[in-house]
Parts: sequence; C-alpha cells; structure tokens
Amino acid sequence: MNIARLLKQFPGVRSEDGASLVLPRELALQVAECLKNDPEFKLDYCSNVTGVDYPDRIEKSKAADGSETSKKIPGFLETVYHLYSIENKQGPLAIRVRTADRTNTRVPSLTPIWRAAELQEREAYDLFGIHYIGHPDLRRILMWDDFEDHPMRKDYQEPDDYHYEPTPHDEVLEKARKHYGAA
Amino acid sequence: MAQLEPPTAQRGYQILSSRDLDAQTLEVAMGPHHPSTHGVFRMDVVLDGETVTKLKPVFGYLHRNHEKIAENTSWIGSMPYTDRLDYFCSLTSNWAYALSVEKLCGITVPERAEYLRVILAELTRLANHACLAGFFVNDLGAMGTPLLYALREREKILDLFEWISGARMMCNFMRFGGCRNDAPEGWLAATRKLVAHFPSFLDEYDRLLTGNEIILARTQGIGILSSALAIDSAMSGPCLRASGVNYDIRKVDAYGIYNRFNFRVPLGDHGDCYDRMMLRLLEMRESLSILEQALKEIPEGSVQNSAVKIRNFKPPKGECYGRIETPKGELGFFLISDGGTSPYRYRIRPPSFINLTVLEDMCLGQKLADAVTILGSIDIVLGEVDR
Amino acid sequence: MEISDPQEMEGLRSELQKAGVFVTTMEFIYNWGRSSSIWPLQFGLACCAIEMICTAGARFDLARFGAEVFRPSPRQADLMIVSGTVTKKMAPQVVRLYNQMPEPKYVITMGACAISGGPFKQGYNVLKGVDRFIPVDVHIPGCPPRPEALIHALVTLQKKISAQTTLPREQGDVSNRAYDKGDQHYPVPQLGAHDIVPPFNPEVWHPEPVRRDS
Repeated sequence: MNIARLLKQFPGVRSEDGASLVLPRELALQVAECLKNDPEFKLDYCSNVTGVDYPDRIEKSKAADGSETSKKIPGFLETVYHLYSIENKQGPLAIRVRTADRTNTRVPSLTPIWRAAELQEREAYDLFGIHYIGHPDLRRILMWDDFEDHPMRKDYQEPDDYHYEPTPHDEVLEKARKHYGAA
Repeated sequence: MAQLEPPTAQRGYQILSSRDLDAQTLEVAMGPHHPSTHGVFRMDVVLDGETVTKLKPVFGYLHRNHEKIAENTSWIGSMPYTDRLDYFCSLTSNWAYALSVEKLCGITVPERAEYLRVILAELTRLANHACLAGFFVNDLGAMGTPLLYALREREKILDLFEWISGARMMCNFMRFGGCRNDAPEGWLAATRKLVAHFPSFLDEYDRLLTGNEIILARTQGIGILSSALAIDSAMSGPCLRASGVNYDIRKVDAYGIYNRFNFRVPLGDHGDCYDRMMLRLLEMRESLSILEQALKEIPEGSVQNSAVKIRNFKPPKGECYGRIETPKGELGFFLISDGGTSPYRYRIRPPSFINLTVLEDMCLGQKLADAVTILGSIDIVLGEVDR
Repeated sequence: MEISDPQEMEGLRSELQKAGVFVTTMEFIYNWGRSSSIWPLQFGLACCAIEMICTAGARFDLARFGAEVFRPSPRQADLMIVSGTVTKKMAPQVVRLYNQMPEPKYVITMGACAISGGPFKQGYNVLKGVDRFIPVDVHIPGCPPRPEALIHALVTLQKKISAQTTLPREQGDVSNRAYDKGDQHYPVPQLGAHDIVPPFNPEVWHPEPVRRDS
C-alpha cells in the first residue's frame, strides 16, 4: 500500500508511526471513501472499530535555568478502525479519528462508508462517550439506556458495591476500606 | 421439490389475499429469556401478521466487562478470561490472545507447540461445528436427537481437552511463546483414534440432516445474505464464506503453521441458512484432514519458548492487531502497550457480535419462525457478543 | 398409640415390613414425588449453561434423577438453575422470572459467578451474587462446575425437599415456604443512572460484617 501517495493527496492526513493514519475530523469521510474505493487500496473490509481514551496529562519540563514548568496537555478520545482488503488481500491499515478533547467528543461516523462500523461505533459511544455524527442509530448498546457514565474511560468511578472477601489485598483492600469506612 | 399449487376460488369459497386482511402490527420482545436465542440475547421484533417488518437486536445482558478487567490485570492474567469469551471454543480464544501478544513482542513459538495449537484448534472446530448443527436443528424443532449425537462426540473431544489441560471447557492452555505443558503420554495416540473414528460420525450426521425434507424446506432460500453486504458489514467465518467470499484467515494470513497443511476452503453460493449449515459440515471434513496431517508430522521438542518471562512480563511500547480464524469467525485482539505490566488498551474483536450487524437485513420479510432459524445459522455465543 | 420418637417409628416400620405390611406417611409419598420430578427452568445465562446442557445430555443423563424436563416457561418450573454470570442489566429479569415461578420453588446457583461474581467480580456491570435478590437453596462452586457437581447439587436439593414438612405437626412447625407464607414475591430492582437501585434486597441478603485484625 502506498500511503505516501495518500498523504500527498490529502495534506491534512498525518502518519504518526508510519503504519497508521490520523485523519482530521473534517476530512475523515472523504479519506475513508477514497480508501474504500480507490483501486490501489480497496479496503472494503472494516474489521475492527474501537475507542481509546487518552486522559489529560501534565508534562513537566525543566528549563535551562533549572526552573520547572508544568504544562497541561489536553487528552482526547480516539476511534481506531482496522481495515483490510478482501479483493487485494492486504491489510491491516489502522486509521484514527480523534476528538477535540474529552468533553467535546463529536466526530463524523464512518458507518455510511462501512456498515460494519454500525454496532461497534455504538459500543464506543456507550463505553467511551464518543458522539458519532451521522450514525443512523446512536444508542447505548451494552449498558442500559438510563446509564449515565462511560465505563471504559480511564477516570470512570465504579459504584460502591463491594462484596465481602475474607482476605482482601491491594486494590480490593482499598475498596473494602472505602466501603466500610476507615476501620 | 414440487411447488404447491396456490389455492384458487374455484371451489366455491372466496380466498382473501393477505392484503385484504388488516393484520395488526405486533411488537414482540424475544428474550432475554427465550429458549431459541442461545442465551440472554434479545430481539425486539415488529410483526405484521407473522412477517417480520422490523427487528432490533438488544445486547448487553451478559456484558461482563472483560476489557475493563483486562486493563487492570497483568498480561497473562487475561488468559483465563479469554476462555470465557467464546465458551464453546476456549482454546481458539486462547490462541488468538497469545498470537496477538507474540506479534506485539516478536516472540517465536517452538515447532511442537505450533503443532499442538493447530491440533487443539481443529479439535475445537470439530466440537463447535457439530454442536452448532445440533443446536440449529433443535431450533427448527428437531428436539434432542441430533443435538444428543453431537454432544456425545463433543464429550469425547472434551475428554481429550481435560486430559491435556485439566479442564473440560475452560482450558487456559496457551501461553505467550508456547503451550502450558506438553501432551501427556498416550494423548496423541488417543487423538489419532478419535480422528480416525470421527468420519463415521460425520457420515451418520450427514445421513440424518443433509437430505432431511423439513430441514431443506425450512432453510433453503431463508435469510439470504449477498456477498457485497457480507463484506460491507464485516461478516466473518462460515457466514462470510457461505455467501461465496473466499476469505479464510488460515489461508490469507497463514498464521501459525497453516501454510504447511493441505486443505480446502468450502464456499457457499446462495448465502442462505442451508449453505451456512452445510458449510460447517464440510469444514469439519477439512479439519479432519488438517488433523491427520498435523498428527503425522508433529515433531518432538519443547513446547514453551524459555526466553519468555512469566512474572513481570512487560511488552515493549506499541500496538498490534492480531487475528485468527475461530469456528465463529475472525477473532481479533487489538492491544496497546505502554510498556507496563498491564495493557493500556485491550480490545476484542468478537466475531459473533459483528456478525449480528445485518441480522435485521436478513430477517426482513421472513416469518418469525425463520428469524429463529437465521439467528441459529449465524452461530452466536453470548459470552463473546457482550464480552 | 402415639409414637413420637423417630427411631422407634423406624423400628416399627421395619418390623411391619418383615411381615409384608408397608407403612408410610402421606408426607413421605408427597415429598418423594416432588423431589423425584423436579422440573428445572430452561434458563442459560453463560458458560455454565453449556455444562448444564451436557448434564442433560446422554453421558451424564440428568433423566436418571427425574430432572430432565427443562421447561421454557417459568410458570411450569420448580427449580431455577442460575447458570452463569448475572449482570446488572439482567438482574431485574432474573428476579422477575423467579417471581413468576409457582411455589414451592427452589434455586440452585451454578458456578462462581452466580454465587459471588466469580472471576468477573470486579466488573462494573456484574451482580456480585444472585443471593442479593433471591433466596438460594444450593450453591455449586466451580468455574464452571462439572456435570457431576450439578447432579450432586440436585441430589442435595432432593434431600432438602424430602426433609420438608408439608403439614404442621405443631403450631408454627412448617418448613415449606409455600404452605407457610403463600406465594413469595421479591421486589424487582430498577436500572438506575450509575447502578441498580437498590444494590441488594436487605430482607434477603445480609452482608457479612467485615472482620479484620488490624
């Protein structure tokens, strides 16, 4: 697969690790359509769709004079699509679409291009809270409709339903302490 | 088969066409407790008379948070959980995970372990496909008999699994860079014996099922899936091949040592329920052929790459997507490592789940009883659908 | 003549048997009938359901114990085998199914997940034991329990049923719930914004007090 040609054709597209493509939100549908229909790629089989959560992080850097500066780097949510080509027998190519940050989570849906993304984008919406614009039926899929959290996010707080264990240790001990109060 | 003559009004009474009858639209929630949904799956169906006009699958009744648990545990700690993904085929799920981690770290696997893996995976395929056919005709109304025959054969295979791994169903047998232990003495001979006897069971099964008039009437032309839609919706495994798409990951990726074996990939040409069932019966014959070759060629040697650490196992930073052909379809693992002792992101690509994307398209315009047939022919396991 | 000592009763019974006279009680016959024809609910939740199917299969043959008639409808079933992980999303349905079964009814929890959440205990969507909402008669540990273990649980339940009294001997001496309190209905939990509400039924489940030395 000649990714270099694609990078030239769509100037907004980047490749961070040389293997996967990061698509800007506004170009995502256009590039995806090209990947599916271009005879060189023909990536017609969208095998895997998933979300990944990158939380906000604070990066500390030391300046030359020894003073420390900490910079907050905003996190984002990412959807990764793994594409294969049945006709050209090639793949996988991973494409990534990122949200602006972790509160503004609107990205274009690629379900109109690959039907396979339908249920999997619903799953990413349910578990990560990524809003896919243009998805035909964006509802919760694994959790119930009234559920409000997004459990696969890294900062998800579980409900406190600790169950007695005779020998709690590590994280479970912490949980037990929290559940029963400091004892 | 002779077509039934449509009834005419000549005999002195007026036949109403279905258009004349004002059928009431009925909403039925099938499941999560329903005998033919293979577990806790639910279909919300809208019926016009008995015809399906709308069908929405509802998931999540067995959502056990495997991915979240895996991100909080060690890399090898997820191996027992993969058993419980597709609980009919624990060994292929093991293999998919082990293969993905091996791909991530660049671990090599000893020859004998590769052969053992192939043997166990193909035995799993035999057990799964035999039972699938049993459950499928059970849904059609053949209560018991074919399923009992299939379970009888499955028990023989489970005995082999128990012998080698210590557990009937949850084998937890594969490790990064090999298998947990070598085959015990006499195991390979017993497997050879089973493989030698299996064709007679398949012949018996074929005689029972293939030409059965009820099965032909209930499955042929039901739930047709075009090859274009099958590819677009990322169907995988037997469902994809029944629609005529020649795509078997054992051939395409040739993972493990599958390029050494000589086997054929059966294809369907109608994409209906009959093709999907027959394809599995044919695949069992090919699995037997792989098993015969593997059991003949299996070399002596170690079954575990001793360079792989078990404690404090830390893959390098990076990501990978590994996949294998399980009996249900393409089972993939997308792993992101941040260099720590547990995965940063652990994603399972479940074939049963994704194969349900076009369930509604296949069921529209069919009768409600056919929706059950179509669901049975897709072959889902809820542990994998909801994870 | 009134015989109150069960040992004396047993002695008299065997004496009479030697003479060809068989004496029994209505209660014994009734319980024998009930315990030898338990109809389980055909209700598979997860992995353990496969072992349940195997138990009903030819090799382990649950029919030997009179419990092979799996009923798809809760209205016709005596026994609910909770075979697998009960998720929070599924919990209301499980309780509702239990409520729909006619008395006398029994529950076997099959496997670690149904008992306490098992390996999936840390999951946010996993109910940590079905006994938080419905009373359980027999627990089977294992992941999954072998078919023999399910048969053992069934035999244990049969013993339990045989020991139940149906007619009160004295005032208040009734061990069979059906004759004691009538149909039991347990409140069905609701699916809330973060968890099921309530997280357990305090009438059924009494959490263990934490015991720690330090």
